[in-house]
Amino acid sequence: MAKENFPLIFERSQEGRTSYNLPALDVPEVDLEEEITDGYVRKVDAELPEVDELELMRHYTGLSNRNYGILSGFYPLGSCTMKYNPVINEDVARLPGFSHIHPYQDTSTVQGALEMMYDLQVHLEEITGMHEISLQPAAGSQGEWTSLMMIKAFHESNGDFDRDEVIVPDSAHGTNPASATIAGFKTIEVKSNDKGLVDVEDLKRVVNDKTAALMLTNPNTLGLFETEITEMAEIVHGVGGKLFYDGANLNAIMGYSRPGDMGFDAVHLNLHKTFTGPHGGGGPGSGPIGVSKELAPFLPKPVVREKDGVYDFNYDLPQSIGNVKSYYGNFGIYLRAYTYIRTMGAEGLKRVSEYAVLNANYLMRNLEKEYELPFTQHCKHEFVLSGSKQKEKGVRTSDIAKRLIDNNIHPPTVYFPLIVDEAMMIEPTETESKETLDNFISVMNEINKEAEENPDVVLDAPHNATVGRLDETQAARKPVLRYQKED
Amino acid sequence: MGFRYLPMTESDKKQMLDSIGISSTEELFSDIPKKVRLDRELNLKKTVSEYELKKELTEMASKNANLTEYRSFLGAGVYDHYIPSVVDHVISRQEFYTAYTPYQPEMTQGELQAMFEFQTMISELTGMPIVNSSLYDGGTAVVEAMRLAHGQTRKSKVIISSTVHPEHRQLVETAANGQKLEVVEIGHKDGVTDVAQLEKELDDETAAVIVQYPNFFGLIEPLEEINALIEKQKKTMFVVSSNPLALGYLTPPSEFGADVVVGDTQVFGIPAQFGGPHCGYFATTKKNMRRVPGRFVGETVDEYGERGFVLTLQTREQHIRREKATSNITSNQALNALASAAAMSALGKNGVKDMATLNMQKARYTKQKLEEANIPVTFTGSFFNEFVVKLSKPVSDVNKDLFEKGFVGGYDLGLTYAEFDNHMLIATTEIRSKEEIDAFVKELGDING
Repeated sequence: MAKENFPLIFERSQEGRTSYNLPALDVPEVDLEEEITDGYVRKVDAELPEVDELELMRHYTGLSNRNYGILSGFYPLGSCTMKYNPVINEDVARLPGFSHIHPYQDTSTVQGALEMMYDLQVHLEEITGMHEISLQPAAGSQGEWTSLMMIKAFHESNGDFDRDEVIVPDSAHGTNPASATIAGFKTIEVKSNDKGLVDVEDLKRVVNDKTAALMLTNPNTLGLFETEITEMAEIVHGVGGKLFYDGANLNAIMGYSRPGDMGFDAVHLNLHKTFTGPHGGGGPGSGPIGVSKELAPFLPKPVVREKDGVYDFNYDLPQSIGNVKSYYGNFGIYLRAYTYIRTMGAEGLKRVSEYAVLNANYLMRNLEKEYELPFTQHCKHEFVLSGSKQKEKGVRTSDIAKRLIDNNIHPPTVYFPLIVDEAMMIEPTETESKETLDNFISVMNEINKEAEENPDVVLDAPHNATVGRLDETQAARKPVLRYQKED
Repeated sequence: MGFRYLPMTESDKKQMLDSIGISSTEELFSDIPKKVRLDRELNLKKTVSEYELKKELTEMASKNANLTEYRSFLGAGVYDHYIPSVVDHVISRQEFYTAYTPYQPEMTQGELQAMFEFQTMISELTGMPIVNSSLYDGGTAVVEAMRLAHGQTRKSKVIISSTVHPEHRQLVETAANGQKLEVVEIGHKDGVTDVAQLEKELDDETAAVIVQYPNFFGLIEPLEEINALIEKQKKTMFVVSSNPLALGYLTPPSEFGADVVVGDTQVFGIPAQFGGPHCGYFATTKKNMRRVPGRFVGETVDEYGERGFVLTLQTREQHIRREKATSNITSNQALNALASAAAMSALGKNGVKDMATLNMQKARYTKQKLEEANIPVTFTGSFFNEFVVKLSKPVSDVNKDLFEKGFVGGYDLGLTYAEFDNHMLIATTEIRSKEEIDAFVKELGDING
């Protein structure tokens, strides 16, 4: 079945149509061209589309219909925590007192914003068990990098300039080593053992007096809790290194355990995962960090402080690494996180983790009958299956993913972590009902059956999507990254 | 008590525990060692009902003086512009705002196409052929431009003009520390980059020269002269940070030999929201394509030969390259890029130019009126929608008085430029009416004495 082409906004453009209405020119007009230095007035207009408002709304509504959000259906994308994004968050973020305030207004005119920031910091300190929080990093990867820069500054403040190694497990998110590199560190890999956990003997082997930090996700990317975490902390601290916690998987342990109590010195959080900031099709995110007392002097500036009920920014932080993001981070996103935390409270957040973990284990135990489960202990909020049995039948994980699309289910994260063959990383989250999980189990079992009995239906999937399988090789070989008008 | 985001019932829970073969969820957490288990409840604020929480947060919001109630002449990188109503309706579609990164192109053609269109629009405005699908913001985009230049040239000296946004310069400083790059700041003359000093500092160890156009003082930088100097060095890259609205009227940096053009699309459809999230863009030449940070959307065909879109050139990215990646960027600002794309679609070819022109006209009127009120304007060069004036008293005091009269005054330049004590940077956008400008000038004149 040939699919229908959807026009680009540029292809809808007709000269003379508009959908804007600017205020009138109510001041005496001056000749701009005369005043602007020769050569600095644009000669050719930017070719932006010319459409009326109905056409514009039809265009974007049509595009939205060709997209898939959490309200469209189940989204068990591992490591991404695709939970329901509460609509009250959107209402709060759009209050003019939050959305229309300028970062350089006098602090006396934005006390409500600062109060929210301060209170959110207090809440996140308690949830993570860390001494102090900075809301500045724009997203998780920036939070990682910021933490590493602080750890570096800490070592250097001790006259310790030779610690240039950061240890990262082989199962880690790719951002970990990338962040280490741009913070100026070498990445040293530590192996996982046959239980999917960090091999503590290997960790002992790789640490030394050049170790600046260990970066760890706990539970790890296989959804497994690193049970030997305190031993690992001792080993790393023993050689003078610091522990960094990648908070991507915090959804599994809220109210059960805190990175600060595990011995971590720095933590980053993904507020767009655990705390319901929407993913927005790829962002904006928000990646606050939390640190121990020892690292606090190095926090990015400014920090919000409170005195006698009055809030302001403190820029006087002589040991600060500097700022890492303009202004105060992604205020609009952490405002949503604050609304969520206030909605759930301590009891609610603990239940979030309880049910996220229960849902994941329920799926895992019901799927392991037909799909290979490489690590068999109880999981936390997510787990990793291998499509190795189906691969033998000629159906690969990527095919299973495409077949899920036909069933109006977003595929799991595939081919990650790298240490599992034909990996499918599944994270149901706590906001999904048992009926949704049961449907997923039966769809997955049905696809397995199809792989045996009628593999072509899987290999040719998706059948019901707006497009057929796309040629990604051609896209990369001859990149076309913008529209060119045909002459 | 009930939690409206948690569908689990007691009966569901029992059935699920039975299915797993355990008796309580505690067993699922038994692998967490006792000594790191939290043995108490988290100490968080008590929850309140939806109604009460909304009331509380609305009250909190109302403690902030917002720009819909005050007349603002504050810019300095974040501007109060007209936002067409269509924008919020587009980005409120759940298919956009709740979606993940479009890694499964067959079910996310909408997002991918919207980003492809965004890339095209920014390419049109900047004149650069290669544009990514957004970065965190304008400031971090400057940092990424520096990283690209360092990676591409293998050189470690970065020259940045003191007329670049002060926060962006601080970001560059912080990031340079990580990679042991040397940052050299060039002074200003008549409000623009001191070209003579630049000439002295520029050598064959220079990875990049970074300027802002229009610059932090609102002035149009002499890009042509700067480029002529850069061209004498074989490898040095010319990085221009540019307000994309200004490019609706000004010659795009591509025509002055820019290698990388970055900036923030906050001016198109994104409210100030206390400084973030905004939306960075990154535009460059074909030569640099494979080192660009963040995501690209590319056009391709599906198995039926129909046009479709995918994330492409992903081998640059951290999830594939790991420690060899050229950037650690993971998320972008897709939803804000969408907001800007919707705003640029609404404005279109004529609207962007009209809006830029209106900004320039109204800023000139403000400037003229202030001069008539005996408030001296510091620089005489060509400018966009911002300019600097010298006051007779501290800007913070003046702003307090202006606030009492319902105005948000300009930026206190003395905070970031020691040489500009008592100087105020004033922005006038298209939404300020003649009446508001006249009232502002009168108040400022009175306060200034």
